[in-house]
Amino acid sequence: MSELRNVSSNPHIRDRITTSRIMLTVVAALLVPACFGIYNFGFRALVLILISVASCVLTEAVYEILMKKPLTVGDFSAVVTGLLLALNLPVSVPFWIPVVGGVFAILVVKLLFGGLGQNFVNPALAARCFLLISFTSIMTNFDCDAYTGATPLASLKAGEGVDVMRMILGRTAGTIGETSVIAVAAGACILILAGVIDLRVPGSYLISFSVFVLLFAALSGRSVGGSYLSAQLAGGGLMLGAFFMATDYVTRPVTKKGQYVYGLFLGFMTAVFRVFGASAEGVSYAILLGNLLVPLMEKFTMPRAFGKGGERS
Amino acid sequence: MAKFTFVGGIHPYDGKELSKDKPMKAVLPKGDLVYPLSQHIGAPAAPVVAKGDHVLAGQKIAEAQGFVSAPIYATVSGLVKAIEPRRVVTGDNVMSIVIQNDERYEEVEYPAAVPAERLSRQEIVDRIKEAGIVGMGGAGFPTHVKMCPKEPDKISYVIANCAECEPYLTSDYRRMLEEPEKLIAGLKVMLLLFPNAKGVLAVEDNKPDCIALLKKLTRREEKISVAALHTKYPQGSERHLIYAVTGRAIHSSMLPADAGCIVDNVDTVVAINRAVNEGKPLMNRIVTVTGDAIANPQNFIVRIGTNYHELIEEAGGFVREPAKIISGGPMMGFGIFDLDVPTTKTSSALLCLTHDDMEGQEPLACINCGRCVEVCPGRVVPKLLAELAIHQDLEGFERHDGLECCECGCCSYVCPAKRPLTQAIKSARKLVLAEKKKKQQEAKKS
Repeated sequence: MSELRNVSSNPHIRDRITTSRIMLTVVAALLVPACFGIYNFGFRALVLILISVASCVLTEAVYEILMKKPLTVGDFSAVVTGLLLALNLPVSVPFWIPVVGGVFAILVVKLLFGGLGQNFVNPALAARCFLLISFTSIMTNFDCDAYTGATPLASLKAGEGVDVMRMILGRTAGTIGETSVIAVAAGACILILAGVIDLRVPGSYLISFSVFVLLFAALSGRSVGGSYLSAQLAGGGLMLGAFFMATDYVTRPVTKKGQYVYGLFLGFMTAVFRVFGASAEGVSYAILLGNLLVPLMEKFTMPRAFGKGGERS
Repeated sequence: MAKFTFVGGIHPYDGKELSKDKPMKAVLPKGDLVYPLSQHIGAPAAPVVAKGDHVLAGQKIAEAQGFVSAPIYATVSGLVKAIEPRRVVTGDNVMSIVIQNDERYEEVEYPAAVPAERLSRQEIVDRIKEAGIVGMGGAGFPTHVKMCPKEPDKISYVIANCAECEPYLTSDYRRMLEEPEKLIAGLKVMLLLFPNAKGVLAVEDNKPDCIALLKKLTRREEKISVAALHTKYPQGSERHLIYAVTGRAIHSSMLPADAGCIVDNVDTVVAINRAVNEGKPLMNRIVTVTGDAIANPQNFIVRIGTNYHELIEEAGGFVREPAKIISGGPMMGFGIFDLDVPTTKTSSALLCLTHDDMEGQEPLACINCGRCVEVCPGRVVPKLLAELAIHQDLEGFERHDGLECCECGCCSYVCPAKRPLTQAIKSARKLVLAEKKKKQQEAKKS
C-alpha cells in the first residue's frame, strides 16, 4: 500500500528570507544612528530608546492578547517602529512622551487599521507628528546638556551661518537619531547591501529635494549656493527620513515608477515646507502627505505586462 | 536583437550537481505499464485495442481524436490488462490503458527510414503527428500543431529550448552532452518545414560544456547557431526564451508564431528526429530521478508508462525519508502524494526532497515589500493580483493583466511573508479562462 505524502501547489521551494529577518536587518541598521545618538546625547537617549521600543512592543502584545488575536510581536516590526520613534525625539523630552507616542503609533495607526501591512501612514512618523502638534514646546526643545540653542536648520532659516562639517559628523542639536549624516549613511548602507531597500525612493527624494530647495530659496530671495544646499541636505531629519522612513515598505508605492514619483513628490513637499513653512523642518509632514497619496501613485504607475511593452523596463 | 536574458527572475539553489554527471541509462520496466489517454493538451486519445489483446512495443494503442490530440504507443510487449481510470501525477483519475508486461520487449517492425530531405512538408508533419509527439518540457502541447502555423514562410526562428532552467533537472543536459547529433538532426528536420528560418540552440550559460560542444558540431551549419543565455529562472519559459533569443516580446494570448518563432524542448526535438529520420514513434523520454532523499540520483531513459516506484528502485531507493516528492522540477512540478503513478510524455523528473519548505509555514501579512514585483517575469504586480484573486474580483484581476502570469512561481518563492501568491493567481486564472471559454462556446451556439 502506498502512504500519503505532503502535497502542495507549485512552487515547492522557498527563499530563506522572512519578514522577521527583514525587520531584524532594519533594527540592526537603525542601531547605528541610535548608538551615535547615545554617544552624542548621553545615557538619557538610551533610556528613551528603550522606553519607546518597550511601549510599542507591549502595546502590540497587550492588544493582541486582549483581542484574542495571534501574537505578532515576533515579526519585530514593533521594535522597528519603537526605534524609529525614539530616534525622532529630542533627548530632553519627559519619559512619558515615548510611551504616549508608542501607544499612538502601534494602537491607533497600526493595529486599529488591521495590523502589519494595513497601516496607510508610517506609524512612527504619524506618532511623531501627533506629538509635535500636541506637545509642541516639549517636542521642539532641543536644549540639553550637550547642546543649547537652535538646531542648525533653524539657524540656517534665520539666515545665520552653520558649520556643515559638524552637521555631517552629527555633533549638533537635534533629535536623537537624525543629527549624524555619517551614522545614518552607515545604517543605510547595511540596508542597501542586505537588499532590504534600494535607491529608487531615497535617490529620487534627495535629487528632487536638492533641485526644489535651491529653486524655492532663490525665488524667496536668498543667496543660494553649495554650502546652503549641503547644509539643507545634512540638516534635520532628511537623511533619516529618506533612507529609513520614506523607504518603509508598507507606506511607499510598490510599483517601480510609483517609487520615483513618490520620491519626487517628497522632495518637492519637503522643500516647500522647509523654505516657505513656519518651521525649519518638513520631512515628517512631507512623508506623511506622500503616504496618503500612495494609492493614487500606484494606480497611475501600474506596470505594463511582458509582451505589452513592459518587457524592457 | 538578441537580449540573452529578460527582466525579473530568480536564482534558486539549482541542485544539478546531484545528477549532472550521471550518464543516461535505460530502465527496463518489470511491472504493469499504464498509459493515460490524456498525456497532452487537447482531446484525449481513444483506445484502438481491447482488454485481452496482445500488443508489441511500438504498436499504436490509442488514436488521436481530432487535430489537437496525439496518439499513444505501447512501449513494451504484453497483454492489455484493463482500460480503466488510473491515478496520474496531478492526483486526478484519468482513463488509461494498462498493459501487463511480458518482459520480452518484442517490437513491431518499423517502416523503412526515408531521409527527411526527400519528404514533403506535409509528410514530415504527418510523421510527427503519427509519432504522438507532444511538448516534452511539461506543457504537452501536440507538436504537429505547432509545426503548422498559418504562414510557415514567415517563421524566422526555430528555437530548441535547451535552457533547462528548473532546479535539479539534468535530463536535457545529458541529452545535449551525449546525443547532440540527434538534437541537431531534429532541428534540421524542423528547418525543412520553415525555409526562411534560422535554427537556434538556446542554452543557459551554466552549461558551458554543452555550449562548446554544440558550437563545435554546428560550426559548418550555416542556418544553425548556439545562443548562450544568462542563467536565471525562468529562462526556459517560452515567451522569455523568445525574448532572450530574438528581442521579440509576445503577450499571453499570442503564439510564438506571431513573433515568427517556433520553440520546442530538447527531448521534443530529439523525438522529431527519431520520428522523421527513423520512423519510430515517441516511446521513451529522459527522466531525472534526484533529490537528497535518493540513494543514487540518475538520468534514466524511461519507457513511457513505467511506474514511478520502479524508477525510485532503479535509483537505489531512498537513503533518507522523503518529506516531499515532486513530479517535475521544484518550481513548476506537481507535488505527489502517491508514487503509484506512471511516467508520461511530460514527466521530466522525479524529485525527492527530505525537507519540505512548505511544511508548517503559515502565511503572514503582506508588508508590501515589492519583491514579487521585482522578480515577476510577466511584469505584473503579483501581490495585487493575489489580493484580487482572494477576493474573487475576477474583473479586476483581468484588468490588471492577471492572465499575463506564466505561473513560474517566482513571486511565491521570494515572498518573505510566505504568501501563496502563485497559487492564488493560478486559481483565478483558471476561473477567468474557464469563463472565457464558456462565453466563446455560447457565442458559437447563438
